[in-house]
Amino acid sequence: LLKGACVTARRMDMEEKCSRANSVSGIQEMDENGVVLSLGADSQWLIVSAKPFRLDIMEGREVLLSLNSRGLLAFEHLRIRTVTSAELVLNVVCPGWLFSPTGPSSISLDFSLPGVEHVYGIPEHADSLKLKTTDGGDPYRLFNLDVFQYELFNPMALYGAIPVMLSHSAQRTMGIFWLNAAETWVDISSNTAGKTVFGQMLDYVQGSSETPQTDVRWISESGIIDVFIMLGPTPTDVFSQYSSLTGTQAFPPLSALAYHQCRWNYNDQEDVAAVDQGFDEHDIPYDFIWLDIEHTDGKRYFTWDPHKFPQPKDMLQGLVDKRRKMVTIVDPHIKVDSSYKIHNEIRSKGFYVKNKDGGDYEGWCWPGNSGYPDFTNPEMRAWWASMFAYDQYEGSMENMYTWNDMNEPSVFNGPEVTMHKDALHGNWENRDLHNLYGLYVQMATAEGLIERSGGVERPFVLTRAFFAGSQRYGAVWTGDNTAEWEHLKISIPMCLSLGLVGVSFCGADVGGFFKSPSTELLVRWYQTGAYQPFFRAHAHLDTPRREPWLFGPENTALIREAVRQRYALLPYWYQLFYHAHHSGQPVMRPLWVEYPQDTATFSMDDQFLLGEDLLVHPVTEEGGRGVTAYLPGKGEVWFDVHTFQKHNGAQNLYIPVTISSIPVFQRGGSIIPRKARVRRSSSCMEHDPYTLFVALSPKRFAQGELYIDDGHTFNFDKQKQFIHRRLSFANKALSSRNLAPGSQFITPSWIEKIVILGASKPSKATLKTPDGKENLLEFEFDASMSVLTLRKPGVNAGVDWTVVLQ
Amino acid sequence: MSCALLLLLTSLALVMGTGTAVEIQRPRGVPQSKRQFYEENKPFTCLDGSSTIPFDQVNDDYCDCRDGSDEPGTAACPNGSFHCTNAGFRPAFIPSSRINDGICDCCDTTDEYNSGATCQNTCREMGRKERESLQIMAEITKEGFLLKQQLIHEAKRGQEDKQGKLTELQGSKKGLEGKMEALRTVKKTAEDPEKEAKERHLKSWEEQKELIRMEKDKTRMAEAFLELDDDADGYVSVAELQSHLELDPDSDGSLTETETQGLLGGAGKVDTSTFETVWSGIKDKYLSEGLSDPPAPVETPKEEESRDFVSDHDSDHYPEDYAGEEEDVEDDEEDDDHEEEEKVPPTVQTPEKREDDELSMPPYDTETQILIDAAQKARDDFDEAERALREVDGQMKNLEKEIGFDFGPSAEFAYLYSQCYELSTSEYIYRLCPFNRVSQKPKFGGSETNLGLWGQWAGPEENLYSVMKYDHGQGCWQGPNRSTTVKLTCGKETVVTSTSEPSRCEYLMEFTTPAVCQEPASLDEVLHGHTEL
Repeated sequence: LLKGACVTARRMDMEEKCSRANSVSGIQEMDENGVVLSLGADSQWLIVSAKPFRLDIMEGREVLLSLNSRGLLAFEHLRIRTVTSAELVLNVVCPGWLFSPTGPSSISLDFSLPGVEHVYGIPEHADSLKLKTTDGGDPYRLFNLDVFQYELFNPMALYGAIPVMLSHSAQRTMGIFWLNAAETWVDISSNTAGKTVFGQMLDYVQGSSETPQTDVRWISESGIIDVFIMLGPTPTDVFSQYSSLTGTQAFPPLSALAYHQCRWNYNDQEDVAAVDQGFDEHDIPYDFIWLDIEHTDGKRYFTWDPHKFPQPKDMLQGLVDKRRKMVTIVDPHIKVDSSYKIHNEIRSKGFYVKNKDGGDYEGWCWPGNSGYPDFTNPEMRAWWASMFAYDQYEGSMENMYTWNDMNEPSVFNGPEVTMHKDALHGNWENRDLHNLYGLYVQMATAEGLIERSGGVERPFVLTRAFFAGSQRYGAVWTGDNTAEWEHLKISIPMCLSLGLVGVSFCGADVGGFFKSPSTELLVRWYQTGAYQPFFRAHAHLDTPRREPWLFGPENTALIREAVRQRYALLPYWYQLFYHAHHSGQPVMRPLWVEYPQDTATFSMDDQFLLGEDLLVHPVTEEGGRGVTAYLPGKGEVWFDVHTFQKHNGAQNLYIPVTISSIPVFQRGGSIIPRKARVRRSSSCMEHDPYTLFVALSPKRFAQGELYIDDGHTFNFDKQKQFIHRRLSFANKALSSRNLAPGSQFITPSWIEKIVILGASKPSKATLKTPDGKENLLEFEFDASMSVLTLRKPGVNAGVDWTVVLQ
Repeated sequence: MSCALLLLLTSLALVMGTGTAVEIQRPRGVPQSKRQFYEENKPFTCLDGSSTIPFDQVNDDYCDCRDGSDEPGTAACPNGSFHCTNAGFRPAFIPSSRINDGICDCCDTTDEYNSGATCQNTCREMGRKERESLQIMAEITKEGFLLKQQLIHEAKRGQEDKQGKLTELQGSKKGLEGKMEALRTVKKTAEDPEKEAKERHLKSWEEQKELIRMEKDKTRMAEAFLELDDDADGYVSVAELQSHLELDPDSDGSLTETETQGLLGGAGKVDTSTFETVWSGIKDKYLSEGLSDPPAPVETPKEEESRDFVSDHDSDHYPEDYAGEEEDVEDDEEDDDHEEEEKVPPTVQTPEKREDDELSMPPYDTETQILIDAAQKARDDFDEAERALREVDGQMKNLEKEIGFDFGPSAEFAYLYSQCYELSTSEYIYRLCPFNRVSQKPKFGGSETNLGLWGQWAGPEENLYSVMKYDHGQGCWQGPNRSTTVKLTCGKETVVTSTSEPSRCEYLMEFTTPAVCQEPASLDEVLHGHTEL
């Protein structure tokens, strides 16, 4: 198995990563029925038993995980298929759906997790964060599909598939990565599921019985059993172990973390200009305006409707003038039309997916009859990437980025609205790699955006379909949701689940795609979306317009405020993404990731953490008058970011709310940088000064970071052009020192203000700079809230400095 | 470090239209009207009074006042605003966040003094353009307003005309009502004798028909007897009758001896006189031996005539034949069951009945016909009077509707009533019929779509008559019913200038008309109304 894993890794071009993984270091014991192998560190062992075959991973005397302990290992070997009459009938009903030419080839294996009651991950499902047991119901299905108006709390397959499951208990976090891109099903059962609280109590009181255990079974339609076990033991360890296999989150351009205004569709250039103007008139910031499929000439991607968008460069220049940007959609279905250059080239180069008889596979999508380029072919991807060159994609400019939709792929007249399983990608059937198609589309597109800038600029590409590793290419969103309160709520567990398995850049359509939200729902959705990684409003073609200013001045003001909170916090968001890129830690986290021993947090999915320092409990109830937020951490404190009120940790806190409330708390012991001067786009704020929010722990300590780079190029990586500073408050002194001595970057930004929460009143505050100068700082002290505000340190954000309070 | 930004404008020359240069001193971003609050070297009190700060903290790029008033010239305060003088054009306030953001907002470039953005001073050019367009607008307004006076005048006259017409119609309606009542009596008087005469005629025809039928029956019986009496012995025997399988009472395909005897009333044979009783029992089934096959049931219009004649004597309209019935498309969807029934051919008729049906009623006698004619005339006269009254009613209703419309404070929009205005785009022809409906028709074939029916005036409170709303148009898939907002602007001509669909199924139309032209202010007022000196 482990050898298999390495072979696979090599196939995925991750050779060097694999060599870092634990390796079996030696036979410890052996008899006729098995061997005990050392796994190296931490007295971990692998026991291989022959009859019956099973694998047990041990730490000391404890079993961490067993494979095939239930004997559900199954596989079918490839053979020449003889067709039964029943199959013939089925193949008429579902052509190309059921049977491969080499006969049935499914595989299966079970995993037992002793001591585990909570498992997470395996997105994408519209379900709770904690996965449910599937006894008596359908297993969780992983099969990328374009689902019309998906249902909630349902294990049905959606647009993307990441076959990675995390297990967590107060003792340990682990992960299982089932590397298989064929249709996959996951069954979960638990010996404690269904027990009442009383039953569990009884077990406890009677000192009873069995250890809790979760059993999982994976089934895939084809392929080989190729599994990576991540042993943790901490959540952080699992994240870095998983990212060593599939890579980390792409570091997006800073502006991509700002607000995006989308709609199917902005009708024409005038409409785009009017919406752009609307944002300025109502003083609401935004960075990106999006064009859906109607902007093209007859759904021919890489083209423009000649009547509606006759001068795309003028339009884009208009946005450049406002320091704003645009995203246009490029879907992978290509109109079969001999007067369409893209189609002709793909056809003549033989780049289309083939049907089983060798002809080009065709299906119906937005443009009508369409071909589907074979993105699994590296040559095809290289060609596709070249189509994003400025001289190829006519009317494109540097401030235009890309959105890949429908890349499951969606085939309107295909089985389950997707590609026939017997369609051929080279020698591989779609059956074998279905869930990978969308990843390759986004990969090729992101590569195109990088290439067009000569490798200088970071790309930004949004995708709907995804697979393990998609995080390397950009952002994902949760697809075509609905303007309903339950859909607002589910956006939290859906993005949390994605974050746990590598995809941090996640968001849901603000307002809901289908149907029309009530004003209250729209406002609440903006407030929630402002604190989720990918923040984009989007709406279906048939819904009434919903630009933020269409609901009266009060609601415009509420939405403006939510968007402004997002912009002010962009330095922190950017820093979190830098870390996600650097070390694979999720940006949006379930509470248990930071409080792994606090069992109260294990099932929470109505609140979440951003990094480790901000706790968000958005209001997602209609007519909500209050929320009960759980503030974790015994002995810790949390500060309301709006009122600066201090609350103790390890409590359920009832917070009365109004329509303007977005309950957010900063952890005592943290320092968060913000930019208080919110402007009309994030680019306009580039050189603005920082305000530091220092939230003291009960021990009067705090620590944070400040990360700055140019916001859009790879220079941070290639030339180490960035500033990364450690901010720490201890012994009544706040200081900034360099965390990355090898780096260099010059910023005009300076420190405008320092707000210290939970402070006491000093007699004086002195700023010391490296040139040896000392300046007294003016300050204000709010005794009722214990907030100390230092006026205008004025020191450059990139240099060493210390403020001493006396 | 970029924090020493206090900058007093020492000599900002404001070039006015006259070319006079005025020198003023005030901190950056402060409008002339607030200049007195910013006195150099004196402590500054925030305009909301919330605190007082040293003057060197005004415009020092740090926000001290809650209302943002200490930083009129920097972006430090989130709620501040910056004043651009824009000499040569209109002065303006912009949010502080647009100061030094790299985007030129003020035409005099004063908002970008430290961002590296290169802005061109476009105030004079903009001023010139605005002046030009205001001039054009003023001319249009002037002419439009004159036209509007004319429209008001015409509307007033039209309104009076309509009121007069209405009064007139009310008079004639009364007359028509009287006439109709009189004719109703006449009609009744003529219809009663008509009805009696018709019934008489019908009754005698029924009696006559019965006689003929009996006669025919007798003849058939005699013929049948002769036919059956194969051996011509003057009796019909069991054996002779047994060959007529159609008479089989239990329809099992064989006519047994017992069954036949039963048909003959228990006797072995019957003579002519006894046969009368037997005949009445078998005549409906009996088939003449001369016919080898039973006759196909053929429906004839005549048969229908006779069937309906009695009940429908009042009318000269007969149901169409079956072919006609099937062609009747309107019926098709209304009532399938009914139609099915009609399509089933009628049951087999006996030859006797068929012969009977060939008989038709003799024409009315002269006396009856005279009565009928008289009644018909009375009916026609009455119908005519009724029609005339309905017409007058309709006219009155239309007039009342038109008079009832809100055509604006001085009925200046009345001239749009029952007019339509079209605009052709690349794909569609849009049609606005004010106070009626808006529609859209594809240029290259396809049916018209209703984009909304007249709803109401929908402008803002102070300018209600600037927007028309048309709603309840054709429904949209998964969406609302189509609706159209029509924005009215002053123009010399009445014309649709643009249409768009900003949101799915919500249309926006721009429409110029003199009827919304306001009394023109003098041009000087327009141009200098907001200029700060």
